[in-house]
Amino acid sequence: MATATNAATSGPPATSAAAATPVTSKTSGSRPRSGWARARRYVLPLVGLAVALAFLGPYIVMVLNSLRPSSDVVQTPPTFLPRTWQLSTFGDVLGDQRFLNWLKSSVLVATTSTVIVILVAVPAAYFTSRFRFPGRTAFLLLVLVTQMFSPTSLVVGLYREFFELNLVNTYLAIILTNSAFNLAFAIWILHGFFSSIPKEVEEAAHLDGCSRWGTLRRIMLPLTLPGVVTAVVFTFIAAWNEYVVALTLILDDDKKPLTVGITSYVTGYEQHWDQLFAASIIAIIPVVILFAFIEKHLVGGLTAGSIK
Amino acid sequence: MANPTLLRRARKGDTSLGLALVWLGPALLLIIGVVVFPAIQLVRAAFSQYSITGLRLGDAGTTNFSNVLNHPSLTTVLTNTVVWVVVVVVFTVLISLGVAQFLAKDFFGRKVVRWAIIVPWAASLVITAKLFTMIYDYYYGTLNLLLQTLRITSEPIDFLGDDRWTMMSMIVVGVFVSVPFTAYVFVAGLSAIPGDVYEAAKIDGASPWQTYWRITLPLLRPAMIVASVLNIIYVFNSFPIVYTLNDRNPGFTHDTTITFMYKLAFKSAEKDVGMSAAAGIFNVLLILIVVVIYLRTIKWQEQEN
Repeated sequence: MATATNAATSGPPATSAAAATPVTSKTSGSRPRSGWARARRYVLPLVGLAVALAFLGPYIVMVLNSLRPSSDVVQTPPTFLPRTWQLSTFGDVLGDQRFLNWLKSSVLVATTSTVIVILVAVPAAYFTSRFRFPGRTAFLLLVLVTQMFSPTSLVVGLYREFFELNLVNTYLAIILTNSAFNLAFAIWILHGFFSSIPKEVEEAAHLDGCSRWGTLRRIMLPLTLPGVVTAVVFTFIAAWNEYVVALTLILDDDKKPLTVGITSYVTGYEQHWDQLFAASIIAIIPVVILFAFIEKHLVGGLTAGSIK
Repeated sequence: MANPTLLRRARKGDTSLGLALVWLGPALLLIIGVVVFPAIQLVRAAFSQYSITGLRLGDAGTTNFSNVLNHPSLTTVLTNTVVWVVVVVVFTVLISLGVAQFLAKDFFGRKVVRWAIIVPWAASLVITAKLFTMIYDYYYGTLNLLLQTLRITSEPIDFLGDDRWTMMSMIVVGVFVSVPFTAYVFVAGLSAIPGDVYEAAKIDGASPWQTYWRITLPLLRPAMIVASVLNIIYVFNSFPIVYTLNDRNPGFTHDTTITFMYKLAFKSAEKDVGMSAAAGIFNVLLILIVVVIYLRTIKWQEQEN
């Protein structure tokens, strides 16, 4: 049964793949040892299936639990498949005003933070990748250090600052925090992409009378589009999934983003597991689609400039 | 353009500080305003005394720091943190190496496997953590059902309530959500290794294991460093998993320094902002030290070889 390979087994299939792969990788190709070469065509997809199930297993449980009433989720003995199938939870959640408020907050915060990050990171990354100036190393070091501080480790300081600025319980506070802490990663990725474009391309544009800003907009940005898209998607996802700052700084229920809001479906007082899981699926879908969209660039984008 | 200095500056792209400030200004403002300033606030808070409602009452000297150092749970929390970070990062790196090798191959359905692996990465940590509270549940959990169906255990295990299991249960989730990113970093590292290196190894008659140990792993070093350092930082700072899975347990028995710090300020009876800030400073120093030591060790090994 498909769900049988969930949570607990997420380790073992992956580890067995680890043990098997170094051998398989080299025996293939130009040394066609008849048996393995033929078996390989069937073994690899099967191992692939096991790996995929190990990573998807918990989320399959999530989908199955969103399709049964909460009373069925918390009934002994537990079952893999719903005893009663119930499709209406998704409709209930989408019709729930509280959920719609959280969704609105998440969309607003993630979108605004992403726009700010791109507007700020592009000029900074471009400039540092192209020019030498006093303080350049210091700036890059500052960016690197920012990467090391998560908002979590500074949450008390952030809370003090926004408390004194009277910005606790405002969107502005979490938008600024999301922007600042994702800036480093965006600059890092974009810096790598800009550096990879030969200077001659720009010099040609320059000779043709393009201004510095024009060169960036008309030549560099189109050439580094994969990098920009990667930065956009990463920032959006990070802001969409942010939890601890919103948990600390947002007090009104209707201003909470999805991550904080949906946890209130299951508390010590009320337990709506079906709604929690349906809401979680709705929250996960856009990010998975975005990720799948840039999957091709993930490999290059993640490491641009760092693994050379 | 006879002036050699000007010529050199033009070629190297040297420019003035003023122009730099125009292009970097917004980034600097954001970093200083929302990263550096809160860091200063954190230091300030660590030396201050606060009322339970968050008003500053005055100087506290080093009381907050000594309170943290004398906290009865400090040893437990520090041990938990070391176990959590070391075990999660080591298992993540090992499993990711295998997964990456596998993903780098060409086989039917590879795309689907790659998409599947993305899901735990894309999903919010708090959502995954909430999901695992149900999967791990003593009465209704799918994991206990699975273990009993497969006859691995006869009695259900209280994964999140039994002290012997709680840390391990959290670690499994920690590894589960860290592998996707790490595997992708390794895939990038593998794809950066030129194919002719392997050709040469084959001609010299290297066995697959020799090729892996002598060629693949050493050439993966840059990717390994990036993945390890980032994972150390992420796992150390990881909040939602420990916070959510450990929700129902009282005290600090299974807390790491991050959740310990958070609970001091926002969840404990005292709501002690000053003490929490002091703990926060220890956190920041600790992560700095760990990363520096790690990078040092790596360099040192390089010289040894």
